[in-house]
Amino acid sequence: MSVRRLDINQPDEFSFSKENERWAADQLKKYPKDKQASAVIPLLWRAQEQADGWLPEPAIRYVADLLAMPQIRVLEIATFYTMFNLSPVGRHFVQLCGTTPCWLRGAEDLKEVCRRVIGEPGQVREDGQFSWIEVECLGACVNAPMVQINADYYEDLTPESLEALLEDLAEGREVATGPQVERTNACPMGGPTTLLNGGAQRQTRSTPTRAPAKAKIKTLRKARKGGPDRLIEISGIGPKIENQLYELGIFHFDQVAAWTKADVAWINEQLRFKGRIEREGWIAQAKVLAKNAGGAS
Amino acid sequence: MPKLVIDGQEIEVEDGLTLIQACELAGVEIPRFCYHERLSIAGNCRMCLVEVAGMPKPVASCHMSVNDLRPGQDGSPPQIMTSTATVKKAREGVMEFLLINHPLDCPICDQGGECDLQDQAMAYGVDASRFALNKRAVEDKNIGPLIKTIMTRCIHCTRCVRFMTEVAGVEELGAIGRGEDMEITTYLERGMTSELSGNVIDLCPVGALTSKPYAFTARPWELRKTESIDAMDAVGSNIRIDSRGREVLRVLPRNHDDVNEEWISDKTRFIWDGLRTQRLDKPFVRRRGRLEPTSWDEALSAAAKRIKAAKPSRVAVLAGDLTGAEELFALKDLSKRLGVKSIDCRPAGSGLDPKLGRASYLFNTTIAGIDQCDAILFIGSNPRLEASVINARIRQRWRDGGLKVGLIGERSDLTYEYEFLGAGPQTLADLVKNKSGFYRALKSAKRPMIIVGETAVTRPDGKAVLALAAKLAGEVGAVTKNWSGFNVLHTGAGRVAGLDLGFVPSAEGKDAAAILDGVKKGRFDVVYLLGADEFDLKRGHDTFFIYQGSHGDRGAHLADVIFPGAAYTEKSATYLNTEGRPQMTARAVFPPGEAREDWTIIRALSDVLDQTLPYDTRAQLRAAMYRAVPHFAALDEIEPASSTALTALAKKRATMAKEPFGSAFGDFYLTNPIARASAIMGEMSALIAAGGEGATGTDG
Repeated sequence: MSVRRLDINQPDEFSFSKENERWAADQLKKYPKDKQASAVIPLLWRAQEQADGWLPEPAIRYVADLLAMPQIRVLEIATFYTMFNLSPVGRHFVQLCGTTPCWLRGAEDLKEVCRRVIGEPGQVREDGQFSWIEVECLGACVNAPMVQINADYYEDLTPESLEALLEDLAEGREVATGPQVERTNACPMGGPTTLLNGGAQRQTRSTPTRAPAKAKIKTLRKARKGGPDRLIEISGIGPKIENQLYELGIFHFDQVAAWTKADVAWINEQLRFKGRIEREGWIAQAKVLAKNAGGAS
Repeated sequence: MPKLVIDGQEIEVEDGLTLIQACELAGVEIPRFCYHERLSIAGNCRMCLVEVAGMPKPVASCHMSVNDLRPGQDGSPPQIMTSTATVKKAREGVMEFLLINHPLDCPICDQGGECDLQDQAMAYGVDASRFALNKRAVEDKNIGPLIKTIMTRCIHCTRCVRFMTEVAGVEELGAIGRGEDMEITTYLERGMTSELSGNVIDLCPVGALTSKPYAFTARPWELRKTESIDAMDAVGSNIRIDSRGREVLRVLPRNHDDVNEEWISDKTRFIWDGLRTQRLDKPFVRRRGRLEPTSWDEALSAAAKRIKAAKPSRVAVLAGDLTGAEELFALKDLSKRLGVKSIDCRPAGSGLDPKLGRASYLFNTTIAGIDQCDAILFIGSNPRLEASVINARIRQRWRDGGLKVGLIGERSDLTYEYEFLGAGPQTLADLVKNKSGFYRALKSAKRPMIIVGETAVTRPDGKAVLALAAKLAGEVGAVTKNWSGFNVLHTGAGRVAGLDLGFVPSAEGKDAAAILDGVKKGRFDVVYLLGADEFDLKRGHDTFFIYQGSHGDRGAHLADVIFPGAAYTEKSATYLNTEGRPQMTARAVFPPGEAREDWTIIRALSDVLDQTLPYDTRAQLRAAMYRAVPHFAALDEIEPASSTALTALAKKRATMAKEPFGSAFGDFYLTNPIARASAIMGEMSALIAAGGEGATGTDG
C-alpha cells in the first residue's frame, strides 16, 4: 500500500452515457428513500468502466452530485478501495498477484517480465497497450502464479507464458483465459486424481515415473558404498525433496554437481517446481559439498 | 442503574453510559485521543484501554457500555481495573504505535504545552524508539486562512471529521486513503467555509490542526488567561482570552452547557487581530474639517460646549451593538439628567419595544431549551450566521430526530433540512389565517418554537410582524405555563441589556429611524454615538457628532469629537445575551494609549456638563444599576419573562408590507467595527465571496 493520489491530468468533465444513466437510475431504485448513497460503489465502478478503467476526478464529483452526497465522502471511498484506479491504465490492465502462494510459485519472475515488457508498476506503456500493478491475493492460489488482465484471470504462468500472453494481447490475437498449462481449471496436473469413473481406481500418490527416455541424466540404482550423501545440506533441499531425489536415483553431491542444463530441466519437471535449482544455486553448492566430502574421505 | 466496581470503588451509574464516562464519574481519569463527549464514538485510538474482570483482553472503555458487562460468577458487580500492570502495558503499546509515525518536533510545534499526546506520552511513553524504519511523512494541506495543518503530526483520531460532519453540519473534512496512509483533507484542498471550523483546532489532540493566525506567536505558559464573555453576537459565548503584555493573542472557548457548550464561532475566535488595528488611542477633535489628536480635557470641553448650547430636544443619543450595560446605564442616566429624550439602542426601524414586555424581545425558550423542542419556525432569521453556536444546537436537536423546521425569510443552507414557506410577512399572515401547512405541524407539536429574527422586526411593519408572530405562538400553544416558545434572536451583544435598561426614547423622544431622518433634515444639533457604527448617517447641516468607541470605523469618520473607548476585552462590562442571561466580561488587557473604559468617559463628561453622575467607581455604578434593574445582579441566571406580555402583544393589529425579509447582515465576517479592522476576517470574507476556492487554490 502506498499513498494514492488523484492523477494530475484530469478530463474537464464526466457524465454517464445514456445507457449508464438508465442503469444508474435502476440501481437507485434498489435502495429506500434517503439511502441512495448505498449505490455509491456500483456507480463508481460503472464510472470507472466507462472511463476506460480509471476513475477521473470529475467522475467522483458526478457520482457525488448524482447521489446528493458531499464530494469528500465519495473521494474517501474512491481513495480507500484500491480497485478504483485513480490514474489512467493501459488497454490491458495487468494486476499481478504477489501474495505468498503466488510469490512462492514464482511471482517475482513474472514481475520481472512485466518490468521488462511494460515498465514500472503503475505506468502506462507508451503505446497505451499495458500497465501493471502488484495486488494482494486474488483468490486463485491453487493456480499460482497468476495475473488478472482486465476482467479475466490467467493462471499457472511462467515467465515465458506470460511474455507470450502479453505479446498475443498486444497483437490482438485470441488468447485463452484460465490456466496456461495443460490443466482444466483447478484440476491436478495431468488430470483428475479423485472421483474418477465410478471412483473405482483410486490412484495413490505414486512414486514419480522413471526418467523419460530422452533424459541422459546419470542416475544410480542405489547409493554407493558408505550410503547416500545428506542432500539436505544443500540450502533449498528439505527432507521431502531429498527423498524424492533418492527415488529418482540421485544420491550424491557429485551427481548434482554434474547436472547439465537439460538435466536441470528434467529434474524440474520431475519435482514440479520451476527455477528453484538455478535460483538457489544447488549445483554450485553441490560442487563445494562434493569437494569437501571427497577431501574428507 | 447498573452497579460497577471501578478500581475497588463501587459506583452506581445511569444506563447507557460508556465505561469511560463511568470511570470519569468515579473520579478516575482515562487517557484518550479520539473519544470526545460531544461527538460520536469512533474507538480508533485505543488509548482508553481498561481491564475488565473476566474479559480476556483489555477493552476500549469509550466504546463499551456499562450495560454490556457481565456480573462476576458470584453475582458481584463487574470489576473494572484502570491502573493494573496489564492496562499500563497495553496503553504503553498503543502509545508506542502512535509515536512510531509522530514526528519529534515538539520544540517547533504550536501545540506544545497543551498537547494531549505530549501529556499522555509523559505517562505512557517510553524514552526511546524501537522503530528503525523511516517515519511516515504527509503533505500539508491548505484548508483556508484559519487553520494551519502539519499533517505528519496527525494521529488519525478523526475528531475533526466527526465535528465538521456532526456539529458544524458542513461535510468538508474527510479521511482519504487507508491505514497508515490515511490523510485528513478537504475535497481538493478547498478552504473550509463553516463558521464553526475553528473548533477543530481545540479538538485536535495533537499539533496537526493549529491556528494559522496564531502560529509561532506564543507558548501557552507565557499567556495570561482571562475568563470572559464574547460580544461578537448575542449568544454570549463563554470565552478565555489569552494575552501577553498588552496584546490579546488568541480567544478560546470555555465550557458552558447552557450557552455555547464548548464551541465558539470563527468570528469569536479569530477576531483578535482586529483588536490591535484601527484603534482610537487618543481623543480627537475636528478642526477646519480635519480630525486632530488632542487631550481629554479639550475633547470633553469641546463636546460639553456643544451639548450645553443645544436644546435637549435637538440632542440625540444612539448606542451600537457592542456596548456593555454599564456604559448604557451611565449614558441613559446622563441623558435623563440633561433632559435628552431621543435615545435609542436599537437598529433603525426596529419593532422591538421594552414597553411590550420583556418576553417580547427575549429568546424565552433559552438555548438549552432547544434540546426539548419538536418544531421550529424561523421568521426572518438565519441562525447559522446570526448565532452559529445556537444553530449548531438546533442541528444537534434535528439530528436526534423528530424535529420539524419551517422558514419564512431568505433561503439559505442552515445545515439541516427545513421547509421553505415563503419569503415575506404575507406568508406569515397566510399561515395564521389559513391554519394549514406548517401551522398544523406547529399545532401538533408538543413544544413548538417560533424564532423571530432581527430582520423580521427591523422594518416599517416590524411591530406588526412581531405581533403576528406572538399571535401565532399563542394559537399553536407555544406559550403555555411550562413552555415559552416565543423567541427573538438578536444579533447585537448589547441589545438586550439596552432594552432591559430602557435605552429607548421616552414619550416625546425620537427613535433611531426618526433620529436618522431628523439628522438628514438638520433637526439635531448634537448626535452622541456610543459605539454606533451601523447607522446610515452622513455629515451635514452643522450637526455635531460625538463618537465614543474603540475603532476608527464609520462612526469615527463622522465625528467632530472622538472619545477613545475600550473594546470588550479591555473592560469589565455586563452583557445580556439573547436569552436575557447577564454575564460579565473581565479585563484581559488595558485599552491602548489614552483610551478609557467607557463608563468612566461618560462619568467624566457628566462632570464637565455640571451634571455629575453619582458614582465614582465601577462598584458604585453597578450598585446603582442593580437598583434600577435587579436581575442584572444575578449573573448567569435567567430571569424568566412573564408571558402575559405576549398575550397582550398578540392582540395588537397592524397591516404588513409585502417586501420579503432581508438578511441581518451581508457578510458574516464583517459585522462590526472590530471585525472590519481584522485582517483575518477580511481574508475569510474574500474566501467566502470566491466560493470557498479562490483564496487557497489547490496547489497548496
